Amino acid sequence: MTSTLFTDHLAAWLVILPLLCAPVMVLLNRSKLVWLLNLVVSASCLIIALHILWDVSTGTVIHYAMGGWTPPWGIEYRIDGLNALVAVIVSAMATACAVYARKSVEQEISVHVHGLFYAAFQLCFLGLLGIALTGDIFNLFVFLEISSLASYALIAMGRNRKALNSAFHYLILGTLGATFFLIGVGLAFAATGTLNMADMALSLQDAANTPLLLTAFALIVVGVALKAAIYPLHLWLPGAYAYAPSVVSVFLAATATKVAIYVLIRCLFSVFEPDYMLDTFLPDILVVLGGVAILYGSLRAIYQEGMKKMLAYSSVAQIGYMVMGIGFLSAAGLTASLLHMFNHALMKGAMFMAVGLFVYRVNTATFDNLKGMGREMPYTFFAMVLAALSLVGVPGTVGFVSKWQLLQAALENRHWGMVMIILLGSLMAAIYVWKLIEVLYFQQPEKLRVQGVSSGSERIGRSPAGMVIALWVMALGCVYFGLDTDLSLHSAQYAVTELLQGRGN
Amino acid sequence: MWIVDLPPFLPFFIGAIIALLLPPKLRPVFMLLIPVWGGLNLFFTHSLSQGVNWQLMGFTLELMNVDKLSVMFGYLFHIAAFLALLFALHVKDPLQQIASLLYAGSALGAVFSGDLLSLFLFWELLALTSVWLVLARRTDRATRAAMRYLLLQVLSGVLLLAGALLHYRDTGSLSFDHIGLSSVASWLLFIAFGIKAAFPGLHTWLTDAYPEATATGTVFLSAFTTKVAIFALARCFAGTELLIYIGAAMTCFPIFYAVIENDLRKVLAYSLINQLGFMVCGIGIGTALALNGAVAHAFNDVIFKGLLFMTMGAVLHRVGHVLGSDLGGLHKTMPRTTMFCIVGAASISAFPLFSGFVSKSMVMAALIEQGHDILWLMLLFASAGVFHHAGIKIPFFAFFAHDSGLRPKEAPLNMQLAMFGAAVLCIAIGSNPQWLYQLLPWENSYVPYDLTHTLTQLQLLFFSALAFVWLNKQGMYPPELRSVNLDMEWFYRRLLPATATRVRGVVSTLWCGLRDWVMDHWHAMPQMSPSSSYSAAQLTRRMAAVLAILLLLSYLSLP
Repeated sequence: MTSTLFTDHLAAWLVILPLLCAPVMVLLNRSKLVWLLNLVVSASCLIIALHILWDVSTGTVIHYAMGGWTPPWGIEYRIDGLNALVAVIVSAMATACAVYARKSVEQEISVHVHGLFYAAFQLCFLGLLGIALTGDIFNLFVFLEISSLASYALIAMGRNRKALNSAFHYLILGTLGATFFLIGVGLAFAATGTLNMADMALSLQDAANTPLLLTAFALIVVGVALKAAIYPLHLWLPGAYAYAPSVVSVFLAATATKVAIYVLIRCLFSVFEPDYMLDTFLPDILVVLGGVAILYGSLRAIYQEGMKKMLAYSSVAQIGYMVMGIGFLSAAGLTASLLHMFNHALMKGAMFMAVGLFVYRVNTATFDNLKGMGREMPYTFFAMVLAALSLVGVPGTVGFVSKWQLLQAALENRHWGMVMIILLGSLMAAIYVWKLIEVLYFQQPEKLRVQGVSSGSERIGRSPAGMVIALWVMALGCVYFGLDTDLSLHSAQYAVTELLQGRGN
Repeated sequence: MWIVDLPPFLPFFIGAIIALLLPPKLRPVFMLLIPVWGGLNLFFTHSLSQGVNWQLMGFTLELMNVDKLSVMFGYLFHIAAFLALLFALHVKDPLQQIASLLYAGSALGAVFSGDLLSLFLFWELLALTSVWLVLARRTDRATRAAMRYLLLQVLSGVLLLAGALLHYRDTGSLSFDHIGLSSVASWLLFIAFGIKAAFPGLHTWLTDAYPEATATGTVFLSAFTTKVAIFALARCFAGTELLIYIGAAMTCFPIFYAVIENDLRKVLAYSLINQLGFMVCGIGIGTALALNGAVAHAFNDVIFKGLLFMTMGAVLHRVGHVLGSDLGGLHKTMPRTTMFCIVGAASISAFPLFSGFVSKSMVMAALIEQGHDILWLMLLFASAGVFHHAGIKIPFFAFFAHDSGLRPKEAPLNMQLAMFGAAVLCIAIGSNPQWLYQLLPWENSYVPYDLTHTLTQLQLLFFSALAFVWLNKQGMYPPELRSVNLDMEWFYRRLLPATATRVRGVVSTLWCGLRDWVMDHWHAMPQMSPSSSYSAAQLTRRMAAVLAILLLLSYLSLP
């Protein structure tokens, strides 16, 4: 009985579990208990997501009708290789963050809101999972809003007063993006009379390129582009990542923009016909914007004075790689994008985890105060170096695998300029990563550091084991998936095949 | 005890991890055992090797490609790693210890790789692991030199990657084999190798960073990076005529710089380029005799150049600097180091019975066989020049010349042992060349010790020595001055920053003008009340603009 309840409704559990737990967390409001619950829920979601990925990889597509209402009237969860891959990325990152969170949250967030914090975390997690799983475009908007609202709250909990300001900016801009998306969905609904993505795609095949649909298309793309922080709509990202609590930076940097990129891919390839893209020259625009993002993001990263801001700008650059891959409009390009989604989640997650550890020890992430910290925290430092090498794309790490795939795609399309930009991008990454290493390892500390000295014995002399373990798991992941590409590359390739086949039907 | 098909880089990489966990007292001894075991393992098992493959992204990485060429370099790198580790036995800096192990391992990985992808892997690792040896000096100058070094090395890696990818597109194969200079891809590979092999104009990283590395670090650096490049050139570009001219240029131009240079390790760095020239030249000729000569010279060069860098390292360790102007008279208190230095100097100058003689004469003979008379003369001039700056100048200014009054202690025992080992190898190979010759990859019989060769070389050396003595007596020899000489680096250390400042000025003036102009017009437009933040307003405007552009484009496309 229970087993069928579970196995039949596997996809639904993935969303319901965090949804049920969030209010429980608020009610419990006991730091350790809530943390444990958070860990258990995230880990079980990871297991379910892996299970689904396993199921899907045999070629079946899971259809699940929410509440028994059959599509196109009810909400359908339609899970293929791409959905499952994104769900695995999100839940894996949530689990890693859950392991990492305890001490960091204890230090950075006042104790009476721990329940709220973890509840918001779960809601954000739930929203991202929902986006990844749903096959209904309005439902997707709802999940997008759930995750966004939760992430505004999470960012606002940062200790720095600027966190409030950043969260407010993000709120306004995020809402703007969501509104664009919603208006686009509304127009598409008006034209097709359905909200189910597969159904919408079918009716769109017959429809001519009317101004209505083109407007819908443009609105959806712009709305999602803002959520994905695609250059030039990236302005909210550096502030939001830099001032959020460490755990939130890790989670959002590793998942939020990736999920938005997923939405973009889904809309461009599954919902709308390729004609819409070609008519608007979108592929070329995406390639150029991706190239500009790589150069601009890397350049800004080089000139940053704080570690978090630097990583945030590096994220802008890395999103450029993914966008460029989409713009190539080929199987190779899409594979590179998806692969980079996975790989970038690993390396940026690890980098932000390392920053979190430095913040835990020194209370700040500006370079001036971090001088020489690498020598005091060798384990953190070396894990960070592994992740940093991935950012540069050194062979043997995940970054190389993505770079290689993207270069192949660029060469296939004879985009020589883009080849140059990708290579230049990795040189620039070497420069900012180098700056980081130099500050952390080779410079001498200038002044006495103020460590947490709130009450007598409470001096923070050690890095908490949980945080270090989570960091090392991610950092070793960077190396492991750089040497053994079976899992990541195959799921990406598989997802792309399905995506392109689905379009042909 | 022995493990068949163990890629030679693995003992070094695993050893580096273990060494990191060992207590500091045990670490150096353990590290010393790695090349010994690894070398013996290679010796006993290489003939049984089946090859080791690793799948990455659908490509097969061949990590254990065994042939005579790779085995020869394999032995060489094990010997070099052992001697250098012995020389660095007293070092207690874990950063240097681990970096040097990883660096040696990467070099081994590169010479045993059977495809361009794994070559690229180790090529990048070479750059990333070696830069720490420069940084570990922990001076401002070293840090800046390391940055320049790393940038050029990474650039070489990027070119290699681009070349490999293009080569794969063109031919569908990634095999690390003869490629020849024809397509764009091969040119990219050629330049990538050229940077690491210190082609003229691309050599600045070498003379810049090597003298700035730590006393022991330079010994490692001199052994691996450039020799891997020579190996790669021999694999892919044997018989490319362009290489002969490049090689000849490489033998000659460093001599002038070496003669005026004051930092003795920089002198050695220049003479390293000069020796590389002989190898590049041999590879360019491409006959069996020339190729054998090139790789044999690489083998010897690692040992005698290592020895010379060791002696200078010992001086640096004891005195704290190696400026020719402020040294002299050290032979009184460092007699053994002086002896070893003279052995190294004799080898690099190709004295008969020393190792340089038996390999350098092979390249020279091959050159005359092919009828390149003028180039032969250039190399002859270079040989005389080597003797001049490396053979006489180094020992003379460091250990003899005017008495500087310095009375340092003799080098530490481990350094002496390492120098002794290298010196013994120099003499052993020089007097029994058949030991080296049987390792050579190409079939050839060559007898170095016939009357003409020996006499020519001896005459050359004696006249060169005479010139040095005469110039010195007349006071016409360029004096050792405390100065920094810039060669090609001038372009990017002086010209480029100056130009960049100028250009930045112009661009920023233009940009400000443009911005003001746009902003004036922007403000002239009717505007909503300013929103709570600049960035929010800015981003909203951008969204509107992007939407407008997309809509415009799509409507334009409507029939």
